[in-house]
Amino acid sequence: MGFFIETLVGGLTSGMLYALIGLGFVLIFKASGVFNFAQGAMVLFAALSMARFSEWLPQWFGFESLILANVLAFIISALVMFLLAVVIERFVLRHLVNQELATLLMATLGITYFLDGLGQTLFGSDVYSIDVGMPKDPIFVLENMFQGGVLLNTEDLIAAIVAACLVAVLALFFQFTATGRALRAVADDHQAAQSIGIPLNRIWVVVWTVAGLVALVAGIVWGSKLGVQFSLSTAALRALPVVILGGLTSVPGAIIGGLIIGVGEKMSEVYLGPMVGGGIEIWFAYVLALVFLLFRPQGLFGEKIIDRV
Amino acid sequence: MSSREQQIGDVLLDLQNVSLAFGGVKALSDISFNVREHEIRAIIGPNGAGKSSMLNVVNGVYTPQQGSIVFDSKTFARMSPRRAAEMGIARTFQNLALFKGMSVLDNIMAGRNLRIRSGLLAQALHIGPARREEIRHREFVEHIIDFLEIQAYRKTPVGRLPYGLQKRVDLGRALAMEPRLLLLDEPMAGMNVEEKQDMSRFILDVNDEFGTTIVLIEHDMGVVMDISDRVVVLDYGKKIGDGRPDEVRANEDVVRAYLGVAH
Repeated sequence: MGFFIETLVGGLTSGMLYALIGLGFVLIFKASGVFNFAQGAMVLFAALSMARFSEWLPQWFGFESLILANVLAFIISALVMFLLAVVIERFVLRHLVNQELATLLMATLGITYFLDGLGQTLFGSDVYSIDVGMPKDPIFVLENMFQGGVLLNTEDLIAAIVAACLVAVLALFFQFTATGRALRAVADDHQAAQSIGIPLNRIWVVVWTVAGLVALVAGIVWGSKLGVQFSLSTAALRALPVVILGGLTSVPGAIIGGLIIGVGEKMSEVYLGPMVGGGIEIWFAYVLALVFLLFRPQGLFGEKIIDRV
Repeated sequence: MSSREQQIGDVLLDLQNVSLAFGGVKALSDISFNVREHEIRAIIGPNGAGKSSMLNVVNGVYTPQQGSIVFDSKTFARMSPRRAAEMGIARTFQNLALFKGMSVLDNIMAGRNLRIRSGLLAQALHIGPARREEIRHREFVEHIIDFLEIQAYRKTPVGRLPYGLQKRVDLGRALAMEPRLLLLDEPMAGMNVEEKQDMSRFILDVNDEFGTTIVLIEHDMGVVMDISDRVVVLDYGKKIGDGRPDEVRANEDVVRAYLGVAH
């Protein structure tokens, strides 16, 4: 039983990490109706910026404090993501107003490769580390209930809490503020949104900045776990099944989707793995997403698409 | 009729020698006409005459190559959608452009966008003034919902409503802006007779109760002749007629454009 709970909690916490990345997809999709392929590249870019600035700043200004370096690096990286949003709006999105969605999708694909390249040019292409001082020692809980207790990874636990807070804030923002309503309006119809005086350009900068900040948080959490390296960009695509499951338009959906995938992966690895051979963790999520696409293409919480024929 | 003429005021919108081309295609050539305060002004013409382009120029979606737009005594070479909205020009769309995923209420509330003053943080935290403001806007929107008789569908996502009702929500969203000038792009397209009668009534009531000036594009001649004060006729991007409905009906060019020439 102890082992089962351990697997479950492990799945839930790693699920929250997927959710964090899925959230970035959802944000941009909600506000522009575009599936942003570049989300993974943004995570890598933000993580690189964070890792390198926290390394460079103490060298440049000759201080030792790890906390100061991290705080400053975070602020600078946040600014970098904001600038990135401004540049993307100015040079890409602004010219694609009222265009086909496929065009916008291709544009984000272009942004992906550009960002992958730019990140490595600016920040280097080695493996870097982010150390934000998260406790790495696992803790044991419930020792009197089960033999040996339950082993928890504190790092994952903290990451999960951070993700949960972020999600709560964003969900409130989208549902209950006029700006959130404006964002949803832009997602549904550019022209109509313009006609009631919603400035598309500003809305896009806001959304890409928020998605950039989410990418930064995801980058820090993943980066400190796995190291900052190119594979981060592709690892983000593992969050794809999460949004398919949860629905591309739902913030809570991204979370639930993340949790289901996280738990599903771990459980299947542990309990089904021995039967079908290892490695099930790698493809389980995609198969689950495929099944969902067949029976519920809008995801668990997505808006049902009704088209007149 | 005479009392109606007394209500109609000064020129609110004046289009002067507007020309618009897409590449080599001339959508509008040298069009001039004006719209008076409190008036219902119709733009008619065969398909491809440039009616929607005309609205898009007023609304700031298209930039004319020549000519100017005078609104409320201010002259512009071009409008932008944002400025048009700020100056009190609202519009509806020929092919519905509603926020399909959102409820009827949210769609109409979105029309209040420019009038919301509280900051983002205040809204998010729902503190005092922001909350009172939201309630005030909500009251106004409820008034519109009552007016358009769509109370029962408040929380329904608009994508699920039948076409005629979606058209009403589109009108409601424009009304939420409290516009001075309302542009209606084929408000009755694809409607049955009953729905058309309803919509005609709403348009007349909006004009009457809120004093809103209305420019509408419409294909149904019966409706146009019934509700409009003056009519502009476009054909192949040129203005071929302008005047009261009975004058326009008697205009030979107009008859020819609609019925073709007798050989």
